[in-house]
Amino acid sequence: MKLYDMVELAGRNLREAGLRNSLTTLGIGVGVASLVAMLSLGIGLQLLFRRELGRSSLFDSVYVTSRQDFRQRRVGDNRPTRALDDGARKSFEKMSGVLEVYPNFAAVGEFRFEDGKATDSHFSVLTGLPSSSRNSEAFDDIQGHFFSAPGAAEAVLMADFARELLGLPEEGDSDKKLTAEQADRLLGKTVVLRYAERESQPSLPDSAVPTDSAQADNSAFNVVRKEQPLKVVGIVVQEPVRGIPRTGRSSVFLPIAFAESLNMIQPGDLRNIVRPAEGKSYQALIVRVAKSKDVAAVEEEIKKQGFGAFSLLDASRNVRIVFIFVDLFLGIFGSLALVVASLGIVNTLVMAILERRREIGIMKALGASDGDVKKIFFVEACSMGALGGAVGVGLGWLIGRVINFGTNVYLQRTLEAKPQDFWYVPLWLVVAAVGFSVLVSLFAGLYPASRAAKLDPVQALRHE
Amino acid sequence: MQANDNEALRTISVVRHYRLGRSTIRAVDGVSLAARRGEFIALLGASGSGKSTLLNLLAGLDRADSGVIVVEGQDLATLNSQELALYRRHTVGMVFQSFNLVPNMTLYENVELPMRLAEVRRRDRKKRAREALEKVGLSERMKHRPSEMSGGEQQRAALARALVNEPKLLLADEPTGNLDSKTGTEIMDLIRSLNRSLPMTVIMVTHERPLAERYADRMIFLGDGKLLGETKSKVGAAK
Repeated sequence: MKLYDMVELAGRNLREAGLRNSLTTLGIGVGVASLVAMLSLGIGLQLLFRRELGRSSLFDSVYVTSRQDFRQRRVGDNRPTRALDDGARKSFEKMSGVLEVYPNFAAVGEFRFEDGKATDSHFSVLTGLPSSSRNSEAFDDIQGHFFSAPGAAEAVLMADFARELLGLPEEGDSDKKLTAEQADRLLGKTVVLRYAERESQPSLPDSAVPTDSAQADNSAFNVVRKEQPLKVVGIVVQEPVRGIPRTGRSSVFLPIAFAESLNMIQPGDLRNIVRPAEGKSYQALIVRVAKSKDVAAVEEEIKKQGFGAFSLLDASRNVRIVFIFVDLFLGIFGSLALVVASLGIVNTLVMAILERRREIGIMKALGASDGDVKKIFFVEACSMGALGGAVGVGLGWLIGRVINFGTNVYLQRTLEAKPQDFWYVPLWLVVAAVGFSVLVSLFAGLYPASRAAKLDPVQALRHE
Repeated sequence: MQANDNEALRTISVVRHYRLGRSTIRAVDGVSLAARRGEFIALLGASGSGKSTLLNLLAGLDRADSGVIVVEGQDLATLNSQELALYRRHTVGMVFQSFNLVPNMTLYENVELPMRLAEVRRRDRKKRAREALEKVGLSERMKHRPSEMSGGEQQRAALARALVNEPKLLLADEPTGNLDSKTGTEIMDLIRSLNRSLPMTVIMVTHERPLAERYADRMIFLGDGKLLGETKSKVGAAK
């Protein structure tokens, strides 16, 4: 029999016992809905997690240190070590998949706010930020704006430090923003940074002091006190560089290129000076990779070259395993409802065999093969599965929306959190859910279909 | 009897036994018979004589335990279940005492059903269904359901359905059993005329001897699954 005829006959049979088949189909729909709702929650949470962490650039960065550091050296470790210098920096930049390489710049400075009392000085760690960190969620609710250029003499302050500069009392909640009026007192104004500059000694007495640090002779330097005015352009409450090891809590952020050009003394410089190095030596470099899936390869490559490397991907592996388990559990519980619903299909079709005994006998007498009868029942099961799947996807999506909305309302009221989409139905899930539903239905149809096919036409047609 | 080109079917020592608990029912017990093409044979016997079982064996709905059944050159024992389905689809047409129309289908759909199975093209189906229904005088009632029609009309529709795939063999199991005598006669007249005009071999099971005498060429008597004898009917003798 042609497929079209089979579908038509199956459709006619399904309509014949309309209520019963609709209820069975609805059962499948509810099963699929629960599966879709569960899985889209799992997927949504995972995406939310990844989006938040991905923005903070933690998962696409490799933190590189020199293994010449005493801390990194282990007894009996005879692997080659290399200096973390400009040569190393260039070799990292050449690696495939690497987006940018920048030093993990952190130094201590003294700050004075021009409008404040001249005697008031404040100490803070200052950190260099690459322009790519603009995407960090810390800058979502920045007061003011991000650096205008990588080399600009500008600073972004932490709200706490901003309050300190303004002489305001410390807030119990460090996440509290400055009021607009308080922020106005700082934004666009100048703070003066006093720092220790590492002034290179000319290698030849008569040559000029090179301004380019890369060309500076690294073997000796003078320490000079310098002052540098910085324009305050932004105030944030969250630290934009969470998770990367650094020296203490930083309160002031400068554009990395500008920070580097200041030639500040950094902790560890004393150690570096005794080592031969090509150009400038670094305490630590951060290698940012374009795609987070390349992180492991880049990390491995850097280690092979003789450096210490660390990435949060290692740390996140466990998190991902947890998510796999969460998805698995949600999937299993979601599927349970579908399995129960598939019993409904078995039940409905077995009932249909009893009712359509004679009809099956007639079909066989007219020349239907066992296979034809089987296929009609399969098509019926399949249609219920496909229809139930479609209804279920819609229903699951709706349930997800409603719960998402409800949760956001709750979160906003209690935690004043931003509304988030932690419910996500990807296209593959829609296709997979309908496909799975059809598959389960076909499986449920196996027994009734083979029972119908085996029906003895002589018995079925016996005069009653 | 000798096999020749004109032979429609032949059975040799066909046996079909049923197990019912511990006892064995010998429904068909060594029946040998043959029919010419275009012949109209009546199988007569009391209920339980095995005539319906024999008809089901000829129809390919049931398989013999032993013996040979050859219909239009096909040895049914050698056919697998798929081939047997094809045999039923193309070689055999069946009518039953209880009509066996599909109740939720219209007449047209009932007649179309064997053509769906035979994968006849859609536009040919309409034409052939109409022709078949015209032959039995029901072309005006194509859209009606079986429940809306009389017994005689239902049996005529069943006949149209049996004929639509142009079978060589029509098997009728008590076709007038559920009809009053007047309607029964109409149906028999119809079968007889189709038997003559097509021509098509007809094997009819009945327990009404007068009917058999009036329409069949030959009457074969069965009792306890065995062939008891055969006679030429008046029609057959007149031939």
